[in-house]
Amino acid sequence: MNKWTRRGLLTTGLVVGGGLAVGIAIRPGNRLPGLAKHVASDHETLLHTWVKLGTDDSITVIVPHSEMGQGAGTALAQMLADELDADWSQVRFEEAPAIGDFANHSMGRGMLLAGVELPDMVVPSVQGLMIKTAQALDLQITGGSLSIRTTGEYGMRVAGAAVKQMLIEAAAIAWGVSPNSIEARESKLYHPASGRSGTYAEFATAAADIEPPVTPVLKTPDEYSIMGTHVDRHDIPSKVDGTAQFAMDVQLPGMLYATVRRAPTFGGGVDQIDDAATQGIDGVREVIRLPAVDGGGIVGAYSVPETVAVVAKSYWAAKRGIDALDIAWTKSGEEARSSETIFAQFARDIASGVDRQADVQLGDLPSAMTNAALTLEAEYQVPYLAHTCMEPLNATATVADGKCEIWVGCQNPLGFRSEVAAALGFEVENVTLHNCMMGGGFGRKAVADYAVQAAQLSAKVGKPVQLIWSREEDIRQDRYRPAITSQFKGAIDAEGNLIAWENTYVDKHEPAEAPLIPYQVTHQDIGHVASPTHVPFGAWRSVDHSQHGFFTESFIDEIAHAAGVDPYVYRAERLKDKPRHLAVLQKAAKAANWDVPLASGQGRGIALQESFGTLVAQVVEVSVAAGQTQVDRVVAVVDPGFAISPDGLTAQIESGIIYGLTAALYGEITIEEGAVKESNFHDYKALRMPEAPLIETHIINSHATTGGAGEPGTPGIAPALANAVFDATGVRVRRLPLNRPEIKLQLEDSRVAKA
Amino acid sequence: MIVMKVNGQEQRVEVDPSTPLLWVIREQLGLIGTKFGCGIAQCGACTVQLNGASIRSCVTPVAAAEGQEITTIEGLSADTDTLHPLQAAWIQHQVPQCGYCQSGQLMSAASLLATNANPSDDDINAAMAGNICRCGMYGRIKSAIKTAASSDFYNAAEVTGE
Repeated sequence: MNKWTRRGLLTTGLVVGGGLAVGIAIRPGNRLPGLAKHVASDHETLLHTWVKLGTDDSITVIVPHSEMGQGAGTALAQMLADELDADWSQVRFEEAPAIGDFANHSMGRGMLLAGVELPDMVVPSVQGLMIKTAQALDLQITGGSLSIRTTGEYGMRVAGAAVKQMLIEAAAIAWGVSPNSIEARESKLYHPASGRSGTYAEFATAAADIEPPVTPVLKTPDEYSIMGTHVDRHDIPSKVDGTAQFAMDVQLPGMLYATVRRAPTFGGGVDQIDDAATQGIDGVREVIRLPAVDGGGIVGAYSVPETVAVVAKSYWAAKRGIDALDIAWTKSGEEARSSETIFAQFARDIASGVDRQADVQLGDLPSAMTNAALTLEAEYQVPYLAHTCMEPLNATATVADGKCEIWVGCQNPLGFRSEVAAALGFEVENVTLHNCMMGGGFGRKAVADYAVQAAQLSAKVGKPVQLIWSREEDIRQDRYRPAITSQFKGAIDAEGNLIAWENTYVDKHEPAEAPLIPYQVTHQDIGHVASPTHVPFGAWRSVDHSQHGFFTESFIDEIAHAAGVDPYVYRAERLKDKPRHLAVLQKAAKAANWDVPLASGQGRGIALQESFGTLVAQVVEVSVAAGQTQVDRVVAVVDPGFAISPDGLTAQIESGIIYGLTAALYGEITIEEGAVKESNFHDYKALRMPEAPLIETHIINSHATTGGAGEPGTPGIAPALANAVFDATGVRVRRLPLNRPEIKLQLEDSRVAKA
Repeated sequence: MIVMKVNGQEQRVEVDPSTPLLWVIREQLGLIGTKFGCGIAQCGACTVQLNGASIRSCVTPVAAAEGQEITTIEGLSADTDTLHPLQAAWIQHQVPQCGYCQSGQLMSAASLLATNANPSDDDINAAMAGNICRCGMYGRIKSAIKTAASSDFYNAAEVTGE
């Protein structure tokens, strides 16, 4: 309770705006007057960066994260409201404005010091460091499954508890009683001895004069009343009647529409444009060549390649216009590249092992391999993947008089604002960014190219412009989940024990621990070699876990079969020192009736993956017939430490599973002549309702450190699926996706292996 | 000049008749609940009803709507103060995540229940196969359709139909 991680920087009380508004700052050098003008109306009181109390008893939680479907706003509001003992029916949330004062310091702390406990005496300097880091990175990022485990734990809960204490002290002074004799329930304060009571709103102003507590007391789990309960998501009603505002729904007076195209071969530019046909299309206003932008030296920014745009009075005219352009692209030198030459390069670079970097080296691997009773080698491959958010990339901008206003749905509002400012040559203060709900994000909407283009176009034409990418551009100009090759060699002793694990793969990003295994293996050597390609990298739901989950959980399955042991039992035997891992694995096996045999042509596979602080075990059941794999059922067991919003977590796990299944069954971005071959949902397929399995999610609240929700459902589904296919058919899938023609042929030829 | 009825109101639009209905609905009429997802009738985000049947408005020229009745998500419920039983079921089952595909999902589901008030799982799969949800909420959508189908709204409608 009194660890540094439970403290916020609650330092100063302050009256804002004619004595009505009250607040506390989260850091020295109070910034509330500045904040209040951005978020507090005349009838609201800003209490802490993340909460305001209205005179009508409403409580508004200000969320420094973007909404892309994950429902974090509601869960974060639950955390703050619970500590505040607020009346949930009066609680709402809104997204923090994209200004530097709302940079997400809690996330900075959580990211850089996750799980580290420090002596109290170093706390001030550590927190100061984190604030600086957050400012430097312009952190207002939604990603890494971090909202609840950092912002929620280090920000929302502390803020709620502190504000409650201040309100109690204000009431204690007014009533002339001890703070300890006052009780708080559902946004009201009670003094049982005298029978007095009052609403939070009544004491909000007086609370301004109270010194904020340095270490507000947080609740223990048995005291939670809102956390851990089911509450309806606040954003859902607007998503069933068409009123939810996505960036593409913004309509400005006099607005023009635009669409864009970049060189299909990554690295290429524009040589010549013949726009004769385009200029003849009714409604087309301008054909514009946008220069490349280097990202302005901003941390995390990507360069935006040269772009051709058509601006028109309607999207349809712009789309017809761009399709009618005859563009000659400059060569990038990558025109001979294909998926197969890229995989050949990976194989060469792994074989040469030049500059191999170790992730983990334990024991004496060479002698363990030499002394092994049996060694097993396998090579796995996964392809590039696109994100295909339901909402194609778009942004609406109006640039005039040295100022830019932009509406966009993005995962990093502060970063986008900086990049737009840099591209326009404006001071950041002259760019106002309105972050809208996102129709999916999955990592793609952390890259600002589409916002930069919209701002550039508005600046060029001198009118508001809504830029909408076609789905084809969305797929062909994505930032891709990397293709990877990963090679394994494992060794077992005469008793079947796994004694050595060797793994070399290409292209490491993050999280660093993604290729590591939870199993007890004495001798390990896991490492990577660089093998860069011209295909641009992007974070994709669960990032490196999306590949390594498939690799490591497939190979442990192969080892188990080689050792002649049930793959569930084999895993469990190697988790004796990891009770949380073992618990989710065992519960998944039990819930899925692991020991009950399936019919011929059916199979079960299991996988276990820890990612973003959350453990997930999955059991998949498949039916394979005529080369086709139907996923019948998925049982998932998840231990996030504590599920703040159980139904929200369940929905995230369901979502992560379907997202991962789409990739495992169909997902493949093919490189041909240096460019992406696929273009739309007909050739880059998404799982549809008839193919969707029944999903059964179980939650274990172990009360370990809170983990994430958005990504952990994804990494384990591909290996559990591949392991189930092996169980059903004896065919080992080592290259995804499953609908590759050669795998279908193998499945058609396979005899049922379960006999 | 194209004349059509949208959500019960007559609308006249001056537009190239080959323009997809989607863009007329969004840009000319300002009904932004209908979404653009793929432009080639693959994802279903643009689904609206033409005379009660689901169509993909991103590939339907506005000329095809001449003299016809179009219903969009904004017109799904008979009046703005009341939720359609499908919308109520969507909230009950907490269906949407990002929500971008949900207008299209709801319009497809409404077309299904209008002709089949007691659909089987296979009926639902067949009717909804054209609507992609990248957040993967298929199980919840299916449950919500069943909940709506069991509501008085559809059971009463069935009685009336008999």
